[in-house]
Amino acid sequence: MHRIILTHLNKIFRFYYDGFRGMTYGKKLWIIILIKLFVLFFILKLFFFQDFLDSKFDTDQEKSNYVIEQLTK
Amino acid sequence: MENIDLGLVDWSRAQFALTAMYHWVFVPLTLGLAFIVAIMESIYVKTGKEEWKKITLFWMKLFGINFAIGVATGIILEFEFGTNWSNYSWFVGDIFGAPLAIEGIMAFFLESTFIAVMFFGWNKVSKKFHLLSSWLVAFGANLSALWILVANAWMQNPVGMRFNPDTARNEMENFWEVLLSPTAVNKFLHTVTSGYVLAALFVLGVSAWFLLKKREQLFAKRSMVVAATFGLFSTLFLVVTGDESARHIATIQPMKFAAMEALYDGQNNAPLVAIGILELPQDPEHPNPREFAYKIEIPNMLSYMAFLSPRAFVPGINDLINGNPEKEIISYYEKIRRGKLAIQALKNYKSAQKSGDAALEEESLKIFETHYPYFGYGYYDNPDKLIPNVPISFYSFRIMVILGVHFGILFMVILYFLYKRKLEKMKWLLWVSILTVPLAYIASEAGWVLAEVGRQPWVIQDLMPTLSAVSKIDQTSVQITFWLFAAIFTTLLIAEIKIMLTQIKKGPNEGGH
Repeated sequence: MHRIILTHLNKIFRFYYDGFRGMTYGKKLWIIILIKLFVLFFILKLFFFQDFLDSKFDTDQEKSNYVIEQLTK
Repeated sequence: MENIDLGLVDWSRAQFALTAMYHWVFVPLTLGLAFIVAIMESIYVKTGKEEWKKITLFWMKLFGINFAIGVATGIILEFEFGTNWSNYSWFVGDIFGAPLAIEGIMAFFLESTFIAVMFFGWNKVSKKFHLLSSWLVAFGANLSALWILVANAWMQNPVGMRFNPDTARNEMENFWEVLLSPTAVNKFLHTVTSGYVLAALFVLGVSAWFLLKKREQLFAKRSMVVAATFGLFSTLFLVVTGDESARHIATIQPMKFAAMEALYDGQNNAPLVAIGILELPQDPEHPNPREFAYKIEIPNMLSYMAFLSPRAFVPGINDLINGNPEKEIISYYEKIRRGKLAIQALKNYKSAQKSGDAALEEESLKIFETHYPYFGYGYYDNPDKLIPNVPISFYSFRIMVILGVHFGILFMVILYFLYKRKLEKMKWLLWVSILTVPLAYIASEAGWVLAEVGRQPWVIQDLMPTLSAVSKIDQTSVQITFWLFAAIFTTLLIAEIKIMLTQIKKGPNEGGH
């Protein structure tokens, strides 16, 4: 049983490994994807897009009080 | 609302529009090309002819480029919800949570697992399993679009929820009502089908280029047969869903319907303006034009389009603003009054809770719940501010429809000349096919412009206008990120076009993935 699982895992690994190694124009695309994800999550999200309510309040009650206050001003 | 910074509202809207429109540059091609590739591969598996494998591989390559460049561009919209639109985000949190979570888990894993088989699996898995993977990628991509379109449809027609004044959130009461509301069903079908038409035109345009260059003629013509057939059926379905959408808009968003027709005074036997030019407004206080400089009308068509009866009354902008008791239309003045009552009642409810005044709490809640359907109107004093931009709504609708007719005719003409085996000689038609590719994007974006500009000022129809949805953040930071996004998306678009053109020029004989 153990060997069967290992064989299958190895097959899956080889499938992806060979697939990535055999890429031609796909390599360029992966570089673009990785740069894009880095810019989105490590620059934009961290420095420009913090969640407004999470950054100001700790609890849901505080958040809802604030929103109601904003909506009924 | 006091001290609303309209500059902040406008910049936040501009930023959202920019990101949504750029995101939509990538999405429709993915939605449609995935199905076209799956159809081509099905023909390959059925016939066993290597030419069809070559065709499948080439379009799969272009699908992969578009998918890779476009993937995760939509995540920026979610960033913006939390940062720029926090009141809105909180207000709708529970409704959006479920559809978007399902999107993340189900569709993403379906796509990302089977897309690997699609690209890496040739000669490693059986032909049938590979074909199944291609179809699952197509369905996965479309399923992914389903959930975000359901969320958008809920904003246009909020159903299946109840507002909880203790948490300030709308809570889902009936998931199926949200998922299967006529607005959601129509929006999904109409939007994804527009993607199929766009992808079909893309395949036609690229194939036409090969024919003009006298390269890969068999490949190009076979691709065009699949694309034009798929595109023609999609266009016909698009007409049906568009017609359904118009009827829903007439009922659920009558102001949007009146704006897209520039109809100020309602009438029975209302004609449809097939082609029209609006006069430039003279009064800067009223920027929406009220008269036509030129128009060609189809008698009774608007009444029929809205209510399936040529005699039906179609309310105009003035009927909605001033009310029309004969037609049982409540005026915006009355809606504003009711909205203000709802806002005040919510305020009283919260203060009664604090002071422990149970009687006032109960009474306020009753008033609030009675008038909640008009809650958003309470933020306005002047009903003119509740009229969307008429020229943008009017022209975007016509651009979408006129181009849609052009696409349908083009598919038919291409199929006719393919059948007559004369297509490669029709140079003008090949050029029209190439030049129609950007028109497909314009039509698709025009559809979204109509949907979103036409429903202004609402973020959530009747309940929340944009001015009460924004976060109180620094306007400068929104401006900075607007230009950052403009730069990032433009770079991605240039990269997409450059890589695509390189691969197209190489043609279908160059393998690899």
